[in-house]
Amino acid sequence: MAAIELRGLSKVYPGGVRALDALDLVIPDGEFFALLGPSGCGKTTLLRTIAGLESATGGSVLIGGRDVTGTQPGGRDVAMVFQDYALFPHMDVTDNIAYPLRIKKVAKGARRAKAAEVAARLGLDHLMDRRPGQLSGGQQQRVALARVMATQAQAYLFDEPLSNLDARLRLEARTFLKKLQRELGVTTVFVTHDQAEALAMADRMAVMEAGHIRQIGTPAEVFQRPANTFVAGFIGSTPMNLLDGSVRGDTLEVAGCKLPVPAAAEGRVSDGDTIVYGVRPEYMTYSAEPAEGALSGKVAIVENLGASHLVTLDVAGVNVQAVVPEGGEPAVGDEGHAVPRRDRALVYRDGALV
Amino acid sequence: MAQAISPPEAPKETRTGRYSSDAAGLGKARAGVFVAPALLLVAAFLVFPALWVLYLGLTNYRLTGAAAAEPEFVGLGNLLGAVADPAFWNSTWLTVQFVLGSAVIGQVGLGFTIAWLLRDRRGPLKRLVEGLVILAWILPGAIVSFLWVALLDRDGGTLNALLGLPGFAWLLDHPMLSIIVFNTWRGTAFSMMLYGAALSNVPPSHLESARLAGASSWQQLRDVVFPHIRGHILTNLLLISLWTFNDFTPFLLTAGGPDGKSEVLAVHVYKVALQSGELGHGAAVSTIILLINLVVAVFYLRLLRSRR
Amino acid sequence: MTRFVLGRIGFSTLVAVLLAFFTLPLLWLVTAPFTSNPTYEVTVPDFTWDNFAAVVEHPYALPSLWNSVVLSAGTAALVVAFAALAAYALSRVRLPGRDALLYALLLLSSIITGTAAMVPLFQLAVELNLIDSQFGLILILTGGLLPAAIFMLKDFVDATPQSYEESARVFGASPLQIVRHVVVPLVRPGLATIAVWAVANVWGNFLMPYLLLSDVRKQPAAVITYTLYTEGGQANLSMLSTFGLLYSIPVVLMYLFVSKKYGFRFHGGIKR
Repeated sequence: MAAIELRGLSKVYPGGVRALDALDLVIPDGEFFALLGPSGCGKTTLLRTIAGLESATGGSVLIGGRDVTGTQPGGRDVAMVFQDYALFPHMDVTDNIAYPLRIKKVAKGARRAKAAEVAARLGLDHLMDRRPGQLSGGQQQRVALARVMATQAQAYLFDEPLSNLDARLRLEARTFLKKLQRELGVTTVFVTHDQAEALAMADRMAVMEAGHIRQIGTPAEVFQRPANTFVAGFIGSTPMNLLDGSVRGDTLEVAGCKLPVPAAAEGRVSDGDTIVYGVRPEYMTYSAEPAEGALSGKVAIVENLGASHLVTLDVAGVNVQAVVPEGGEPAVGDEGHAVPRRDRALVYRDGALV
Repeated sequence: MAQAISPPEAPKETRTGRYSSDAAGLGKARAGVFVAPALLLVAAFLVFPALWVLYLGLTNYRLTGAAAAEPEFVGLGNLLGAVADPAFWNSTWLTVQFVLGSAVIGQVGLGFTIAWLLRDRRGPLKRLVEGLVILAWILPGAIVSFLWVALLDRDGGTLNALLGLPGFAWLLDHPMLSIIVFNTWRGTAFSMMLYGAALSNVPPSHLESARLAGASSWQQLRDVVFPHIRGHILTNLLLISLWTFNDFTPFLLTAGGPDGKSEVLAVHVYKVALQSGELGHGAAVSTIILLINLVVAVFYLRLLRSRR
Repeated sequence: MTRFVLGRIGFSTLVAVLLAFFTLPLLWLVTAPFTSNPTYEVTVPDFTWDNFAAVVEHPYALPSLWNSVVLSAGTAALVVAFAALAAYALSRVRLPGRDALLYALLLLSSIITGTAAMVPLFQLAVELNLIDSQFGLILILTGGLLPAAIFMLKDFVDATPQSYEESARVFGASPLQIVRHVVVPLVRPGLATIAVWAVANVWGNFLMPYLLLSDVRKQPAAVITYTLYTEGGQANLSMLSTFGLLYSIPVVLMYLFVSKKYGFRFHGGIKR
């Protein structure tokens, strides 16, 4: 078990593409850490650089306090689960799980025993003679996990471990993976493009964009207080309302409505500032009656989310969304008023949280 | 030898560069060692001979005699001599007939016809027809050419017995027709398989919508099928022309005779260089063959590239 | 309705003519070997095995088949080994000038044919003392087949995901272990295809052994067949037909094997 530390890590591809730009990051021992971002943001490159499959062009990687920047992947004492699992199709489950031990020259009997032990723990014991092609997606994923566990490496790296599973299985695997990591207590870094997955599983997470880390924090921190408009727009299953506005004395003018300055920004904005007002649809109180400090407009669309509805208001030509609990949903064309929760609304100036 | 394949991929500028990375950690030095033995053999037995042909064509090298010991540089003399030789032009004309008759008309026409007739069929009839056509293609050249010698024999041949034409000397009186029909028979398999694959790639919905619009079979062919397989047709034409052009098998059937009446260029080179021993002269003809091959191959590769 | 019937009749006639055209020349090969004193004409055989006995006794017939086996197997082994190493390195490592090299190889393999290169190959063999050497012929044949083989195999390797190798690498496998444990098993169908393709090419090749092997004891079946029907004026038909059948059987078996196991289709080649 070991902490992972990155110091000024850069990766520039020949041709000048800057995939990682001087990243600093410390992942403490035993943490379940998510790298989240849209495709092409550098998250997979970062994971592969930690594994040693890509070589850094600047900075250093430390695993368990040891500088491994120039070390071959095999010498870093990490184990990796690939997006396609990379189970060898010509080996059965036993041989696949035991492969890392074969490389370490563990005797055949001992490595089969270890494979059986790990497999039993993951409920794979009845599949030991099958080839990967004869397994379901979920089973393949567990074999890949078992292979990683058999290595007894200091850290695990997962590249989009759930993306090859179908939607229902993915939820199940999410819970399973989180429980397993808790039990094993091995430092684990996983890459995902799915913000819900990162929020659900990670102890902490880094949100990346264009080779930079935009925010590091616990899922609660990242969800409630996105550090900038990029993170604010990326996190959340319904996107946050980000509305252009300006400071007018001690109130804000947003989409033609007057709103109080949110609690967090009080005393930090001055008259005349151009700002972006951010509030999640979940943090809006909707009512059909006019209210103080509300964003008011005509109901344009009502979408059913199951236990609630997502109502889109047309507020002076700007779309504002609010989640309305079951039973209270308006009809299209109604006048509607959405009041942001003052303790949850945020103000961004020049893209950064105030 | 000639087996055409897909061209090298244009360098991929992947944004992550992941696909150009060295997955096994081989390293450039070890990779060089891996490539070396193959390159060495190719250089020695493919590249060097090609260059040597160019040089030889400029000398008066002979297999035996004084010019064998000390060949003299004669410049373009051989090339001019070869081009001035009526036998060369005779061979060129025969080769054109051979390529047009057996490859372009025979193999392409027959190959497409079979593929079209059998396109929707499954089962034993299809397997039988395809199996026989492929058999003609995979049996050794020495065997099939003798089978045709037997078939076409003047006195006891099966063909004459069937047609009731005893004494009709196919190989002597109609040598070109014989080798053209022979080569059609021998090489149709490739075109048949290529067109079979191409036709199975024509989306059924396109054919169905043509049928719904009331198109006849011929109209379906013209309006739906041909536009779809145009690329395959061109590929096929170029490849089989190249192969037929370089084919030496007619030699086994007629040995170029009688009187050079079936002496296609491939046989011409052999006769000039190795039977008459005029290596320089033969090399000059080889150079011309190389140039023609080069033109066809470059054309083919450009075509493949532009379609990627 | 009449159109349909006419169509059926037309189709059947056409297929019958095609079948006749492709079967007719082959008939002799399956009847003559079992006929005593066969002529050129196809007749109902009297099922004798004497012709086979004659082939067995012929001093050069069976040895020439063995020579064909040696040439084919030797060439296939070299082609597979060298092409696999080269294709893997070229697929996975960006060597300087790789794309130009691949393009040149492809071009060379299609323009330099036996016909165009027979003169220099003959001379080269004389200079290097490779005339009448089966090993020399194997090297020459290998050189001719390698570019196409490298291409087809590179297609196979390119189509194999790199994550297998990367995964083994993270577990600490060395490059050679990766090649042995992971790459070779993964591309085995490709290796088999190349081997079969090389054997088929060499088995039927007439020109090169005809040019380069003058010792009748070293000549493969292709050359012996030609000798059998050109030597001494009158061809020995019983010998020729029987020998031809024996010479053909391995190719047919190989075809059946390949079409059963992989399906007979275009590999690497003309796929677009």
